[in-house]
Amino acid sequence: MLPKQEVVAMLLAGGQGSRLGVLTRKMAKPAVPFGGKYRIIDFPLSNCTNSGIEAVGVLTQYQPLVLNDYLGNGQPWDLDNDNAGVHILSPYEQKDGANWYSGTANAIYQNINFIERYDPEYVLILSGDHIYKMDYAAMISYHEEHNADCTIAVIDVPLHQASRFGIMNTNPDGTIYEFEEKPAHPKSTNASMGIYVFSWDKLKKYLMLDAADPNSSNDFGKNVLPAMLANGERMIAYPFEGYWKDVGTIESLWEANMDLLDPKTKLDLSDKKHKIYSRNPMYPPHFVSDSAEIQNSMVADGCNVYGSLEFSMLFQGVTVKKGAVITDSILMPGVVVEEGARVSYTIVAENTVIGKNAVIGCRPEDVNNKEDWGIAVIGENLTIGEGAKVPPKAMIDEDIKGAN
Amino acid sequence: MAGKKMLGLLLTNFQDSYIPELTTQRTFSSIPFGAKYRLIDFSLSNMVNSGVSKIGVVTKNNYLSLMDHIGSGKAWNLSRRRGGLTFLPPFENTGDKYNTFVQTIDAIRDFIEHSYEDYILVSSSMSVVNMDYQQMMSAHLKSNADITICYRTRPLSKNPTSEQIVFSLDKNSRVSEVLINPRNLDSADCMMNIGIVKKELLLDVVSDCVSRGKFDYARDVIQGIVKRYNVYGYEIKGYCSEIDSIQSYFKANMDLLDPDVREELFNMRNPIYTKVRDDMPTKYGLKSSVKNSLVSPGCVIEGEVENSIIFKGVHIAKGAKISNCIIMQDGVIGEDTTLNYVVCDKDVVVSPKRMLCGIDSYPVCISKKSIV
Repeated sequence: MLPKQEVVAMLLAGGQGSRLGVLTRKMAKPAVPFGGKYRIIDFPLSNCTNSGIEAVGVLTQYQPLVLNDYLGNGQPWDLDNDNAGVHILSPYEQKDGANWYSGTANAIYQNINFIERYDPEYVLILSGDHIYKMDYAAMISYHEEHNADCTIAVIDVPLHQASRFGIMNTNPDGTIYEFEEKPAHPKSTNASMGIYVFSWDKLKKYLMLDAADPNSSNDFGKNVLPAMLANGERMIAYPFEGYWKDVGTIESLWEANMDLLDPKTKLDLSDKKHKIYSRNPMYPPHFVSDSAEIQNSMVADGCNVYGSLEFSMLFQGVTVKKGAVITDSILMPGVVVEEGARVSYTIVAENTVIGKNAVIGCRPEDVNNKEDWGIAVIGENLTIGEGAKVPPKAMIDEDIKGAN
Repeated sequence: MAGKKMLGLLLTNFQDSYIPELTTQRTFSSIPFGAKYRLIDFSLSNMVNSGVSKIGVVTKNNYLSLMDHIGSGKAWNLSRRRGGLTFLPPFENTGDKYNTFVQTIDAIRDFIEHSYEDYILVSSSMSVVNMDYQQMMSAHLKSNADITICYRTRPLSKNPTSEQIVFSLDKNSRVSEVLINPRNLDSADCMMNIGIVKKELLLDVVSDCVSRGKFDYARDVIQGIVKRYNVYGYEIKGYCSEIDSIQSYFKANMDLLDPDVREELFNMRNPIYTKVRDDMPTKYGLKSSVKNSLVSPGCVIEGEVENSIIFKGVHIAKGAKISNCIIMQDGVIGEDTTLNYVVCDKDVVVSPKRMLCGIDSYPVCISKKSIV
């Protein structure tokens, strides 16, 4: 028998993240590189560690190889614990057949046995596509103090953006009386962050009911939470202040990376008390040459910078050769940019080579029709030929021959 | 894996007096080096990359930073059930014995006898080199040597901080004579502190010295074994720096600004491992200017940096001008401060508008946690 854990965290990491296009062709969204050295999943995992949560289940389904490799035994997050630690929970075959996870609630339902081993009081449901730092222990205390059955973390969003989120309408005491999924005319600006604390006995009951309902799509937001609300369970909104960003789209992923370059950013990655942990591959320090110009950028280990960088993010082991100009762009691990290439407003995925004098993406002010502009994305392990041109907003998933 | 099994022994303290500026609070082996490493990382990583998986780290005093750095050995994949890393500090009955090489080996005799490996690889942390000890082992077996010791042809130092041990080699690389501090040579085949020897032979040599009360490393051990055994030299031909003074330490750091040197030392097939702190990538501010420098993660650079080695977590404020410097971990350089040829140890704070200047042959050292 395992020692009891007061809290078990369940991290939903099975989604494809199709809006990230070529970036998630071969990996699940939580494994997408972020912030110069991290992957998205480092944020919820480090939050767990920093909040004293020791048992974490990671629910995987779509393209799990990179993610499984990355998690390993959980050691980088101090989650290599004989009694608890991180566990990868993929769909499995049962006596009456095999089922994929049909929805977020179903993924938890199929792993009730995993949760019960720890005999927890609370279950924390997290998703693998948000960038934020949060003390989950404070949220769980809030849940306890308010005698709640379910506590949902909410963040105040600008009114004009509220119709993009799930909005929680609350009474003055913080109890939720209504959910509205992407309302056209939002009544409040409390957006759900997709972070839920449940009292385990209540969650278990509603997961069973949900599984027995053939018409349910087995989703927390669409089915389980509305069912609990309809039955009068005590549901509380937990207001969160701080940096939080959904990085489910190319634009938001790019923006969140750029946010880190802002000297006034609310997401402080240098705070020693709440570090974001990650797997750290063994590269030498980065080198900045005589010919380099670096302005307002972030550079990780193992990079060699001979060209110029402006408002850009270089992951580990990137080489930018002489005369290359990188502006407002994100170069993921192992990318090589050859001499004279210009890369603007672009995300380049791992190990891709940008040929000499190639021109990738452009500034918004350089296009006539604003509809034609967007962040360009180049997939992983590609070769973009010498002098090739890639227009803004393009999503490239195969090699491009040189212009000559 | 092919090749004979070796037990690694790393000696960490004998060179402490070479760089007193940096060893008041640490061992020689744990001197920070190259923006993110410590000197011991090279010998330790070379051992691991050469398949030496049982290693004893022999340390006598000042070893807090060394233990903190190495921990369980996890960063070198040495936290393991079979073999792995063992710290060998002095304990009650051996405390007074750790003063010389002979006495130290004698004190850890049990550890050596209990190992399954037939051969011992002994090394200090003086050498900044990426080398394959298996190749050295092959040469050792091929030459039928009793003992094989590394050497390098280099100019002799005019003001040595320690005894310079010089080999005379025959055409088969057998050591025919050992000279200590020869006066009349400009360049010579200088011994390095890396050697391979059979376990029993090492213990025999040490027992013999102990029974005769002979503890002088150069005269009793090295000159002694050359008279009695087949000792062969193994030449190190590629990039190698030996650190034996603040000048050679400074130069070896600056050597890393050469891409060819980095290529030789830090290739991904034989990586140099080190303990990693979870720092964010380094941030370069608007109007920062960095030229020809090696920089670790976690820094915030807003000023100007040139020809320098910047360790993790360093903050260089606006208007600061750093040239030809080594700034260690978590240093803070204030606004409009100018530093030239300065070595700042860890956690040094230099206030705004200061000016400090050393020269090439005599860099100014600022000791750990100082506030200037």
